[in-house]
Amino acid sequence: MVRVEFLGPIGKEPMEMEARSLKDVAKRLQEDPTLKQWLGQCAVAVNDQIVKSLDTPLKSGDKVSLLPPVCGG
Amino acid sequence: MLELYPGELNVDKIFSRWRKWGEDKNFGAFITFVGTVREEDGIEALSFDVYEPILRRWFEQWQQRAKSRGAVLRMAHSKGNVPIHTSSYMAAVFSPKRRVALDLIEEFVEDFKANAPIWKYDIKNGERIYAKDRSHPIEGSGLLDSI
Repeated sequence: MVRVEFLGPIGKEPMEMEARSLKDVAKRLQEDPTLKQWLGQCAVAVNDQIVKSLDTPLKSGDKVSLLPPVCGG
Repeated sequence: MLELYPGELNVDKIFSRWRKWGEDKNFGAFITFVGTVREEDGIEALSFDVYEPILRRWFEQWQQRAKSRGAVLRMAHSKGNVPIHTSSYMAAVFSPKRRVALDLIEEFVEDFKANAPIWKYDIKNGERIYAKDRSHPIEGSGLLDSI
């Protein structure tokens, strides 16, 4: 199982799911209507490292984080 | 070198401590940027969520870049509510001479605005509203929507 966390203003409880790559996570999250407005705007981190490929492999215990648009300062 | 505080920053205290540190390290240039919450659109305060693990990695990468140019970065940021006319962000560059520090403060602060994992909310009538229109997608965003 991987754990998916939704940071900042997304305001959604973490989810656990079976996934072998980020592509599996993407497919699952695309089915969720509450995430429709967010997926196109979020960066993704695996174990706190920003990743840029859906082929990123995942193993049990990994943490996937969704980072919506930022504005520090 | 990265400091996070609940609520507004005590700018004078942080500045003094950083200045003293830079003097002791024999740096000739010390440049600071301070971000203060402006009164506009009827807000009472801004509020911030910070995701610390990625913020620390982001900062550490910048620290390495600064180090390769002989400089050191420091940064302080607030978590939670920061009232108007108080400060939520301080950044500083220390370097032996001015040129590197002048260049780095701009590069660092601009990348901070673009990529640091911090989310801003307006506090209006006690309500916390995500500052969506002022926020920027991090580089590489949209990955999960790309199939």
